[in-house]
Amino acid sequence: MSEQPRKIVIVGATSAIAEHCARLWVQGKPAELILIGRDTSRLERVAADLKVRSPQSVCNPLRANFLDPDAIQTTVDGIAAAGKIDIVLIAHGALTEQEDCQNKLRTCRETLDINGISPVLYAEAFARHLAATSHGTLALIGSVAGDRGRKSNYVYGAAKGMVTRYAQGLQHRFAGTGVKVVLIKPGPTDTPMTAHLKGQGAKLASVEDVARQIVLAIEQGKSITYVPGKWRLIMWVIRHLPDFIFNKLDI
Amino acid sequence: MRTISSWGRLSAFPHQLIALNDPARIASLLRDSPKPGIAYGMGRSYGDVCLNPEGVLWLTTGLDHFIAFDESTGRLTCEAGVLLRDIQRLTIPHGWILPVTPGTQLVTVGGAIANDVHGKSHHVSGSFGDHIERIRLMRTDGEIIECGPHSRPDWFAATVGGLGLTGVIVEAEIQLRRVAGPWLDTETLPFADLDEFFRLTDDSETAWEHTVAWIDCISGGMGGKAGRGIFMRGNHADVGQRPEPKARQRTMPFTPPLSLVNRLSLRPFNITYYNLKKWRAGRAILHYEPFFYPLDNLQEWNRMYGSRGFFQYQSVVPREVGQDATQAMLREIARSGDGSFLAVLKTFGNRQPPGMLSFPQPGVTLALDFPNHGDKTHRLFARLDAIVRAAKGRLYPAKDARMSRALFAAGYPRLPEFLNYRDAGISSELSRRLIEN
Ligand SMILES: Cc1cc2nc3c(=O)[nH]c(=O)nc-3n(C[C@H](O)[C@H](O)[C@H](O)COP(=O)(O)OP(=O)(O)OC[C@H]3O[C@@H](n4cnc5c(N)ncnc54)[C@H](O)[C@@H]3O)c2cc1C
Ligand SMILES: NC(=O)c1ccc[n+]([C@@H]2O[C@H](COP(=O)([O-])OP(=O)(O)OC[C@H]3O[C@@H](n4cnc5c(N)ncnc54)[C@H](OP(=O)(O)O)[C@@H]3O)[C@@H](O)[C@H]2O)c1
Repeated sequence: MSEQPRKIVIVGATSAIAEHCARLWVQGKPAELILIGRDTSRLERVAADLKVRSPQSVCNPLRANFLDPDAIQTTVDGIAAAGKIDIVLIAHGALTEQEDCQNKLRTCRETLDINGISPVLYAEAFARHLAATSHGTLALIGSVAGDRGRKSNYVYGAAKGMVTRYAQGLQHRFAGTGVKVVLIKPGPTDTPMTAHLKGQGAKLASVEDVARQIVLAIEQGKSITYVPGKWRLIMWVIRHLPDFIFNKLDI
Repeated sequence: MRTISSWGRLSAFPHQLIALNDPARIASLLRDSPKPGIAYGMGRSYGDVCLNPEGVLWLTTGLDHFIAFDESTGRLTCEAGVLLRDIQRLTIPHGWILPVTPGTQLVTVGGAIANDVHGKSHHVSGSFGDHIERIRLMRTDGEIIECGPHSRPDWFAATVGGLGLTGVIVEAEIQLRRVAGPWLDTETLPFADLDEFFRLTDDSETAWEHTVAWIDCISGGMGGKAGRGIFMRGNHADVGQRPEPKARQRTMPFTPPLSLVNRLSLRPFNITYYNLKKWRAGRAILHYEPFFYPLDNLQEWNRMYGSRGFFQYQSVVPREVGQDATQAMLREIARSGDGSFLAVLKTFGNRQPPGMLSFPQPGVTLALDFPNHGDKTHRLFARLDAIVRAAKGRLYPAKDARMSRALFAAGYPRLPEFLNYRDAGISSELSRRLIEN
């Protein structure tokens, strides 16, 4: 076994869930982290925190574009050229108001772009390099919202559903190779994304617990992980509810 | 709006929650708050210091980033929502520990500063504010005030122990203390009465960095000498590497309709005893977590007091009258038959506190838990107040939900000076109860 620190790329590194994964990754043993985001000062805040937690780790903030395919290609090629990648976590996303998506097509479009197209483009760009080395784990954060469309968030849900279907195909492509594709489906989790839900009294999972389970799923290379685990059963039921019942639910 | 309670669970009112997650956005969130607000950390205060019914709470636990740590000097800079637990888990392996922590480490840096919390080491290390080198304070009008013991010391003295009323602390620099590792050399000594307690505490203050006593309020009392208990003392020790205890988290599974805390059933004292049994009387090498924070692994233990919640009554009285006043309070409690089962007794060192409204003052502090039995409990508090007031003592706002304005003003003579530093956009249930017109 080589003692080289693992090289981990996080897209959407300022996400609370991703950040807590990073904290676990640098705990105990140093790692080389590439932290991709859209805002330099927010990325630097994350990098500084990780540096304090693990002075031996290397934390490189990298501001990047999230929507332009050519820019994404360049960013990812640059990272891959610098050395073999062990883990990629694609975490970014934005939970917009469903009503805004209905009233403004621009918001609808942006929601689909940032939660669906963007993670797929990033994943596809990394997939090529992982395939070349036949090594590494590519993890994507989908959502339970992608399992069945419902009136309260179906545009966001549709984008997450795209990530689900995409990950499924990627898993098929890499079956039997050294590359693992891990799809994470969190339930409602206590992060800035859900701060408004917390105000309404929703029960949210702790981000530390969610991150712990994600890191474990990535270590194990599990293809689909619901976090917390209870959502596997809940979403099974939701997916299998017949329309005449489902359509009466206010969810 | 969401229903929020503090640790004592005495009230549950709707609050508007605004999460402060990104330091760059705090200024605009404070400025644009629809109503006056108050910072809310881990809500580990027992009373209303962190509450603001129908108003805004600025949640600070998202401000959980470390900013810098110098391993050679032990100087740590972090955001105000970082938990003391996370600081210690980070720094102890590097040989640094917080010199002062309260009886739970599940509190934020901001909360620890705003209540200027104290711990078992007060006689050696003072209070939390004594180890803060710099505070970055954000006012609701957007002004940023950097202050410390040597720069803008008036703002510093107002903000340390300032009950969150001078602004929102966004960042702090803390000086840690060298330590060999996570272990302490501890000694547990039973004592029969307060005479013995005071002898033990006087004997221990020079040689022991951490001292505290639990006293059993129901045992003694009845006219005679109250105050049998257990005295604990500890010093950090270099005992090399040992396997660390596995933390087992347990959660109080439900809130019982009635308090489970009564003479016949489960009592915090039992739980403490449960932990103490492991220590027994005599010397033992203990890990810092069970020594300092025996209840942290039983999450939500506050729920065992039932749906009406509970009070904590914590006073400090000058040492000269300390024994008599403590004796008198224990007698009142025993006589009321509404006893607190668990009391913590500790002497504070002879030093001036860093904050204008800091609670610690030289003397003896007594902290008692009481299930909320309404009027009966309030009548007992009135009698305890009289003893505290006569002794020229004061009560701890972090634990309080009911003291009178008169008692507050008498206990905190620097209150008028403090008022000059208040932030007009900030208000709490406590500030309306004790300060505002
Ligand atoms: C089991 C237990 C044991 C305890 N033992 C002790 C003890 O031994 N000694 C002791 O001193 N205390 C003790 N306490 C009390 C506790 O340490 C204090 O109440 C502490 O202040 C709680 O911190 P918090 O983060 O929960 O703050 P909160 O309770 O949420 O808030 C406390 C105060 O701090 C203010 N505040 C919080 N964050 C900020 C910020 N960023 N900027 C400005 N103001 C802010 C709030 O407005 C409020 O006024 C104990 C509490 C418990 C539950
Ligand atoms: N929290 C939940 O309840 C929950 C549930 C299911 C799934 N998820 C998914 O989990 C992932 C992480 O979410 P989180 O809860 O950790 O949320 P978060 O803390 O709000 O993080 C969101 C992340 O997405 C980035 N982002 C948002 N919009 C962007 C844009 N237009 N361009 C570039 N980056 C953008 C943010 O960057 P900035 O910091 O620059 O804003 C941030 O890094 C997301 O994919 C989310 O959909 C979350």
